[in-house]
Amino acid sequence: MKVLMKGNEAISEAAIQAGCTAFFGYPITPQNEIPEYMSAKMEKAGGVFIQAESEVGAINMVYGAAAAGVRTMTTSSSPGIALKQEGISYLCGANLPCVIANVARCGPGLGGILPGQSDYFQATRGGGNGDYYTPVYAPATVQEAWDMVFESFDIADKYRTPVQILLDGMLGQMMEPVEMKVHPRLNIDKPWATNGNADKRPRNTITSLSLFGEVLEAMNLQRFKVYEEIEKNETAVENTVKEGDTVAIVAYGAPSRIVRNAIDELRAEGINAALIRPITLWPYPYDTFQDLPKSVKHILVAELSMGQMVEDVRLGVNGKYPVHFYGRTGGVVFEPGEIANKVREIMGKPAKPLASGQKQMTDSNLKGGI
Amino acid sequence: MPNPNNEATRRVVYEKSRGLTDTPLTYCPGCTHGTINKLIAETLVELDVLEKSIAIAPVGCSVLAYEFFNCDAIQAAHGRAPAVATGIKRAEPSKVVFTYQGDGDLASIGTAEIIHAAHRGENITVIFVNNAIYGMTGGQMAPTTLVDQKTSTSPFGRAEATTGKPILVSEMMATIPSATYIERVSAHDVPHITKTKRAIKKAFENQINGKGFSMVEVLAGCPVGWNLSPVDSMKFIAETMIPYFPLGVYKDEGVAV
Repeated sequence: MKVLMKGNEAISEAAIQAGCTAFFGYPITPQNEIPEYMSAKMEKAGGVFIQAESEVGAINMVYGAAAAGVRTMTTSSSPGIALKQEGISYLCGANLPCVIANVARCGPGLGGILPGQSDYFQATRGGGNGDYYTPVYAPATVQEAWDMVFESFDIADKYRTPVQILLDGMLGQMMEPVEMKVHPRLNIDKPWATNGNADKRPRNTITSLSLFGEVLEAMNLQRFKVYEEIEKNETAVENTVKEGDTVAIVAYGAPSRIVRNAIDELRAEGINAALIRPITLWPYPYDTFQDLPKSVKHILVAELSMGQMVEDVRLGVNGKYPVHFYGRTGGVVFEPGEIANKVREIMGKPAKPLASGQKQMTDSNLKGGI
Repeated sequence: MPNPNNEATRRVVYEKSRGLTDTPLTYCPGCTHGTINKLIAETLVELDVLEKSIAIAPVGCSVLAYEFFNCDAIQAAHGRAPAVATGIKRAEPSKVVFTYQGDGDLASIGTAEIIHAAHRGENITVIFVNNAIYGMTGGQMAPTTLVDQKTSTSPFGRAEATTGKPILVSEMMATIPSATYIERVSAHDVPHITKTKRAIKKAFENQINGKGFSMVEVLAGCPVGWNLSPVDSMKFIAETMIPYFPLGVYKDEGVAV
């Protein structure tokens, strides 16, 4: 049976079903439904809900609960995630598992509450101080958000790392039918936890500190060995490009669904476009761009930002194809016609009028020209 | 004079608490952190909770406290120890959770975390070591630095006109309705160290009995940061710090929760 629910609600209930017993949050739009849901349901499920004094407080409570060995989560939206970076860096330095969902809005600064994808760098490039990454999952549907919560908690425990789920305000607020399947949980012992059981084992300590260069270097090298395993085992992408397709459009999250509509429009007029949708943003599916069919001539990246993922696509393409970019920012969402027009431009075909009446962005606009 | 080799007359009059590990302390000569660490360690053993305790170390001179307390221990980001303690205590309510924080950590960068842990009435114990200076980083001015006191960032003495007066943490914390027990003590001489031990013990007993948030502020010496001899730094606590930071119980509402 499917239940109609918002993305934010799906993330909340899935976390409870995945065994999260400690949630720490702070109000910020457009993720408020998550702490609201948790405040109503978590205690009944035998867990803990705290509305923290700040985003900084919330992520440090996560640090404590993760250290105690329980499944724990915090959620926020872009500027709030920026505040959590100190804690995320510490969680990575101390190898502590947790899940962080970012229901992204647009920035910089206070920005606005409309959806955006301009947190890509913040999510995929570490975000805080030091050498680290966190796995980043990018759901495109409410169902996928539900399923990814289970996977995120498993991956966090398996590799002892924070995991981020990066969705945008659109998906957080959107209602869709969800099959509330409870996925089997990966049960991993946490003999390292500082949970006050020193009567049964030697005492445990958790820290990200080392004052000795060689020791800290060894800790970092060990962490990157784990990252290598994550890259090998967990990289995920939906690649629909087949022999005969000429344009591959790269998009992730909810905006990838707008791109699908553009692709339908283009294929109907004889332009063979197809979608590449990264499902994990770190590790990034770089290899996909080296194994495309010979028919592919162009790559277009579509993002709700001034162009952030486009850098990873260029790394993957490594000069093999021309890489084009189309984006909207500030909370403006592109309509399918804008993406289709960009492809028409690439293919030397005339543009069509836009259904929404929105202005088509030009390359000059996207390089800072108004 | 009893023969020290005579088994019948030998007795142990003092030994290192098993609440401390064998790791050598990293504190400077004349620093009172070592004394305060020892008082906590002894208390955990006396209350028979050492193995079920979790220590939260701060950033500052006692950053390595997780190496010293012989129980589970975790190092927290600067000022965030009360939030980390909250996460652990809520996940493991039957365990004994305490933070050990200096004045830079608790009274400056961590004011939000300490106030709101008390505000929520978290059932934890906070040992707040106030030596009126940032010791670890080289003796910079703290919010608790006394007016006219010279530090490496107040080289002409703390100027009240531009930096205000020292913050009175115990007095402030006592105004928080959900805080249970707030006391200021001092570690500058034996009688006061004895009183400090009593306060620390009470703060842990409160937690064990589910009475809620307890904080003990301990006035402490920093000879290196203050540029004083160990003896003179003890005098500085007695003659200069205590008049501004009066000792005593600021709140004691041991109501069972």
